[in-house]
Formats: sequence, C-alpha cells, structure tokens
Amino acid sequence: MDTAVTAKKKWWSGGHSPFNVSYGKLMMWYFLMSDAFTFGALLISYGTIRFMSTSWPDPNEVFHAFPGMGHTNLPLVFVSLMTFILIMSSVTMVLAVHAGHMRDRKAVAKWMSWTILGGIAFLSCQAWEWTHLHHAGAWWGHNPFLNADGTVASTNFTNFFFTITGFHGLHVTSGVVLNIVILANVLKGTYEERGHYEMVEKVGLYWHFVDLVWVFVFTCFYLL
Amino acid sequence: MSNEATLHSQEVIHGVHAHDHGHDEHDHHHEGNFFSKYVFSLDHKTIAKQFLITGIIWAIIGAFFSVLFRLQLGFPDATFPWLESILGHWAKGGRITPEAYYALVTMHGTILVFFVLTAGLSGTFSNLLIPLQVGARDMASPLMNCMSYWAFFLASVVMMTSLFVQTGPASGGWTAYPPLSALGDASIGSKIGMDLWLISMALFVVSQLLGGLNYISTILNMRTKGMTMTKMPLTIWSFFFTAVLGVLSFPVLLSGFILLLFDRHAGTSFYLSDLFVAGKALDHEGGSAILYQHLFWFLGHPEVYIIILPAMGMVSEILAVNSRKPIFGYLAMVGSMFAIVILAFLVWAHHMFVTGLNPFLGAFFVLLTLLIAVPSAIKVFNWITTIWKGNLRFTPGMLFAIGFVSTFISGGLTGIWLGNSSIDIHLHDTYFVIAHFHIVMGVSAFFGTFAGVYHWYPKLFGRYLNSTIAYIHFWITLIGAYLIFWPMHYEGMAGMPRRYYDYSSWESFKQFNDLNHFISVVVIIVFAAQLMFVFNFFYSIFKGRKVTTTNPWNATTLEWTTPINPGHGNWIGEIPEVYRWPYDYSKNGKDFIPQTVPLSPEEEKESH
Repeated sequence: MDTAVTAKKKWWSGGHSPFNVSYGKLMMWYFLMSDAFTFGALLISYGTIRFMSTSWPDPNEVFHAFPGMGHTNLPLVFVSLMTFILIMSSVTMVLAVHAGHMRDRKAVAKWMSWTILGGIAFLSCQAWEWTHLHHAGAWWGHNPFLNADGTVASTNFTNFFFTITGFHGLHVTSGVVLNIVILANVLKGTYEERGHYEMVEKVGLYWHFVDLVWVFVFTCFYLL
Repeated sequence: MSNEATLHSQEVIHGVHAHDHGHDEHDHHHEGNFFSKYVFSLDHKTIAKQFLITGIIWAIIGAFFSVLFRLQLGFPDATFPWLESILGHWAKGGRITPEAYYALVTMHGTILVFFVLTAGLSGTFSNLLIPLQVGARDMASPLMNCMSYWAFFLASVVMMTSLFVQTGPASGGWTAYPPLSALGDASIGSKIGMDLWLISMALFVVSQLLGGLNYISTILNMRTKGMTMTKMPLTIWSFFFTAVLGVLSFPVLLSGFILLLFDRHAGTSFYLSDLFVAGKALDHEGGSAILYQHLFWFLGHPEVYIIILPAMGMVSEILAVNSRKPIFGYLAMVGSMFAIVILAFLVWAHHMFVTGLNPFLGAFFVLLTLLIAVPSAIKVFNWITTIWKGNLRFTPGMLFAIGFVSTFISGGLTGIWLGNSSIDIHLHDTYFVIAHFHIVMGVSAFFGTFAGVYHWYPKLFGRYLNSTIAYIHFWITLIGAYLIFWPMHYEGMAGMPRRYYDYSSWESFKQFNDLNHFISVVVIIVFAAQLMFVFNFFYSIFKGRKVTTTNPWNATTLEWTTPINPGHGNWIGEIPEVYRWPYDYSKNGKDFIPQTVPLSPEEEKESH
C-alpha cells in the first residue's frame, strides 16, 4: 500500500482511481452535479417567470411571522433561524466526518445524531412556515399576497415557492433518512468492521449539497 | 490515512469477489437460480442483453405504429377492416381516427427516441462494452446497474399501460408542449394518458441517471493497468461522453416535467396564461408556454447526441477493425466528440426560432449550431480516411457502419440548412425537418445499432447471426431509408407541414398524393425487412453458427481476450494488462497487435 504519494505516480494510467477516490464517492459527485442541474433548472424557471412579470410580492411583507409571537412584524427572522439551523447541521456533519477519519465511533455517532436533529428541526420549521402560509390562504394555485406595487399578483409567487422549497424539503427529508440509516450502521459497528467511515463522508457530501442549495433557494425567495 | 484505507479495502473486495466468481464457473456453475441469473442479474452482460431485447420489442412496436400512420398518409381514402379488429373504436370502419393518428405519431416518437435509441442503444452497448473494453470485472456498482434496467422496465410498463387506457395514450407530440399537454380538456390524449407518459418518462430519467453514473465512474475508476485514457477504444470515449450528456441534461427535463405535473393537477400556471378552452376563459395567468420549450430542448438537443454518439463510437471501432487500418486521427476523434458535448448544451434554442425568440439572440444560436458542423465534418473525414485504401472486409457490421457514414453525411448536410434561422422560418415544422432528423438521427443511429449488434453478437451469444439474411436486411434498409426520407425533403420545401392527418384534402399538397402512397409502400417493405432481422436475432441465439475462436474479427481490444462465453467476472484469472492503443492494425508486418501485447524494443524506441 502506497501511503506516500509521489509526484511520479501516473494517475491516469489505469489500475487505480485517477482521483484517488472510490467509485462510490465519484458517483456521489456526479450525482450532485446532476442534481445541481435539476435545481438550476427550477430556479432559472422561477427567474424567467419573475422577470416576465411586471411586479412581484415583497418577501419582507410575506415572511414576517414567528411562532408564538402573534402579529409582531419580524421580517425574515424565522427563515434566518431555519437557515442557521441548517448551516449548523452542516458543521456537525463536518465534525462527524472528521471523527470518522479518526475512527472514533462514539464521536461519529454523537455528531451524526446532532446532524439528524438539525435536519429534523429544519423540516419542522419548514412545516410550521408552510402551515402558517396555508392558513393565510397561500397554496399551489392560490396567492393572497399583493405585488410590491399594490397590484394583484399572479399565483406564480406561491406556485414556485411551494414547488421549489418543497423539492428542497424532499431532499432534506431523504438526507435525514440516509443519515439515520448510516447512524444505525455506525452504532452496529459496520464501519468499524469495514475499517473506514467512507459512507459517512458520502452522506456528508450530499448533506452539504442540500445545505448549499438552500443558500440559493433562500437568496432567491427571501432576499431578492 | 482513511482515504488510502478505503481505496485499498475496495480493491481487495473487488479482487477477491472476482476470484470467487472465477471459481464459481468451474465448481458450481448451476447453483445460481433462474431469477438471480437471468432476471435480477448483476452481470453487466446479462443486463446488456435485457436492454437489447427490451429495446427490440419497443422498436417493433414503435416501427409498427409508423406503419399504421403511414397507412393513413399513403392511403387516405382506403379502409382496412383489420385495423378495426386490432384498434377497435380507434379505427372505426377500418380507418384510423384523427385522435388515434396523433396518438400513434406521439408514441412512435417517444418510443423510438427514448426507449429504443437511448435505452436500447447506449443501455445495451455501454453495459456490454465498458467493462469488457476497459478491463473490469463488472460495472462499478452492479446493483445500481441492475436497478437502472428495472427502472427502465418500470417505465416501459407504465408507457405500455398508457396504450390501453380508455382515453388513449399521450397524443400531443413527443415533445409534449403545453398548453395542449397541460390541459386535460384540450384533447383526450391529454387526460390520463399524458399523466402516465410523464410518470413513465420520470422513471426513465431515473434509469438514465443510475446507468450514467455507473458508466462514468467505471470508465474513470476501473480501467485495468496500463489502460490510459488515450489507450481506450473510441467506443468507450463515446459512451463516456454520452453518459456525461445524460447525467447533466436529463435532470433539466425532469424539472420541466415536475412543473408540468403541477400545472396539470395543482392549479398552478407555470406554463399557462390567457387561455380559452371550448370558449371558456381559464383563470391560469402569468405563466409561459415557451419556458417549457426551453427546459425541454435543454435536454432535447443533447438528447440527439446521446443517441448518435454511441453509434459514432461503435462505427469508428468497426470501421477500423474491418479496414485493417488504425483509426485516422484518434485524438481528433476524441476532441471532436468533446466539442460536440460542449456545443450540445449551447444550441437548444435552434428548435425555437419561430417561437418569437429575439432574432438577435437567434443569431448566436445560428452561429453555435453551425459550429457543430466542424467537429461533425472532422469525424466524417476521419471515417472516410480510415477506410481509404484499407483492406476492407464487408461483414454485415462493416456494411452498416459504412451505411451510417452515408446517412450521417446526407442527413447532416440538411442540418446546416435548418440551423440557419432565416431558412428555418420557411422549413420549420415541415417534412423537411422530418427528413433531416430521421436520416441523421433515426436511420444513422439505427445503422450504428445494427452495426454494433452484428459486430458484437459473437460476444453476446457466442454465435454468429446469419449473414445472408443480414445482407438482405442491410440493402433493403439502406435503399428503403433513402426512398422513404429523400422525397420528404421536396415535400417539406413545398411547405407540406408535419403532423397533418390527411393531405389529400389540401389543394396545395394534393400533388404529393402519389409520392405519399409510394413512401408508405416502401415503409411496409422496410418494416418487413426489420422483422427478418428480428427473426435472425432470436433464431441465431439458439441455432446460429457457433463461434469457435475467442477473437473472430481479429480485433485488438480487450473484449476478445475473454472466453467465448465469459462468465460473471469476464476473465478467468488475472485481468490482462494493456500496453498499447487499440488501433495497431497492419503494423510492422503484422495484421493486428492486441492491446495486451507489450511494446517491442523497436516500438519502445519510437515512442520516446
């Protein structure tokens, strides 16, 4: 086994991976590229329709509620909390991957648990926000919010909001499920036996991607 | 280091695994039960056969649909009572109804573009050839490979089901443009048939993704020792580029379909605005039907290269083998394929010149479209110079490969016409377009597929196809294809639009009645010739002449170093090491030198 990588090694000459990664990780990278195109297409569609429209609702007017705060006007505070939770769950994922490199089973289990908890917290926040908007009369095909200039808006504001955040939420959900499966394997000692925690790294890649996508979704729907 | 540990343990797993299989072949060959051996098989060769046979079944159905609607176009006044017995009320009185006609046209396109020439072509040959030609025991992930086929199978089941629902399958054209496809009240084909179409296509995208990720990582990660990227046969390069195209463009189609499903069922207006159906105003507002076209063609254009690139790769290989000459301009071939992949993503709007696209923007799409002529021409010149003064062996595979070059040239040239927006405004949606893409994409890709099937049949089944039937098949198909599609250019230039139900009722197009009649007759003959091929294919699996040597075509590539009927794991013992590129034909007084032969001292000197 060659631990020291020499400059002379011919990476592309066959017999081993040119990127020094397993096929599984390579597949994950390509899958993420592909998924980036899925989200890219959705967000560009959103941009197209929004630029076609003469006016659009103001996010500060729409997203100003916070659970338990009644009618206090708190624009974008709740979504900031959601974003913070998701980003923190990425941090705990980094720590889980690091613990995996150290072959520290207990620490991996601990940080994976925090990541799962963060994911569930994010999904709960999203569920609350959706419910809140739904009660305000917003849904696919229904938009109670006026445009920023006071005119009646088309339903495409809510159409895109629910479709794209829903599609992202679906990704977070599958991420949480994957993380739970991996955590179960960590607790069973599967990876200890295998001699490495690469599966943690792979779900880690996916989790960071989902987090990154949220940054774009957040920017497009709440900030712009 | 953890990464090293990962890689090392995987190598061990793969190695040991393969060795086990090697022993399996001798010790307990019959232990795998029927299901694990033939149905849910993990062996890439079996999965390739599954893709091929499913593709053949779809091809028969898709081609038969074209025979049915050509009956309507060629014999608009005639009635065929037998049509009523197979189509029921869709052909009352023996004449296909307009609804059935549109459904047939739509399903013909969908089936042939996606199910036959995408799944059937690259599904078959990527699976068969990637592990065999790069020197791997199997795909990177055999399980995902198996799932890829079964996702395709599910997609097939759903699509097949849609043919039998009461309101019929989707009938808004294979591109499924909204608003027609989005509104169930707009046409009966836009009811449940359209939903099934979308579900089937979504499953199809999943299948493509599972397959594509596997092809890419197998080619990058699993090459045998010595198999540098530039020692790979051009087939492998073409499968690699095809997979990259698929992985990056199919998800965009999926996004488009998701939005379309919401428009259909959730009351959204992504693609809908200002519409009247049956005199009633709809409350959909603010969407854009053109948006769907952008999303669709962002896949749709790369899709034509997903179809044609594998054919190009196989033709390159087959031409070199049967000319006993190295491929001309190997790196130019790779480079031009790469250029095609890049340009494939930058030309989609040339399908949309008449949508109201800004002519200034259109000019850029014209330029980028015409740029594709450069790599395409490089490839054509290289194929011709490869067979130039070669010692040609006219095997059926070789004939189809030459036929491919012919149809690719004649269909490609009309692409230059259509790529110009000013000419396209006249020719758009006419039979000229039909003629263009059927020759360059349909017929060419089929020729590439046939070339591949004839050439690698010995590897697939350990037998040969019958050559006499093959030669008849080739000549009828080649001549027939030109007789069918060449006249359509003239019809198109005369302004004859596509997708009309009956041209005889139009004063301007009555002049083509006899021509349409002629085309339909040829279609029936060519279809019969394809059935001969199908017979040959299935008959030869059991009764074909047996292959007696491991390398029947005297080719250099690795698949011919395996046993005649390789087991799971492909090679008995070690995987061979590779020392040279795959095109050492007629070199140093030798007819061919396999890739596994080390360089001689003289060659060693030359290469430095």
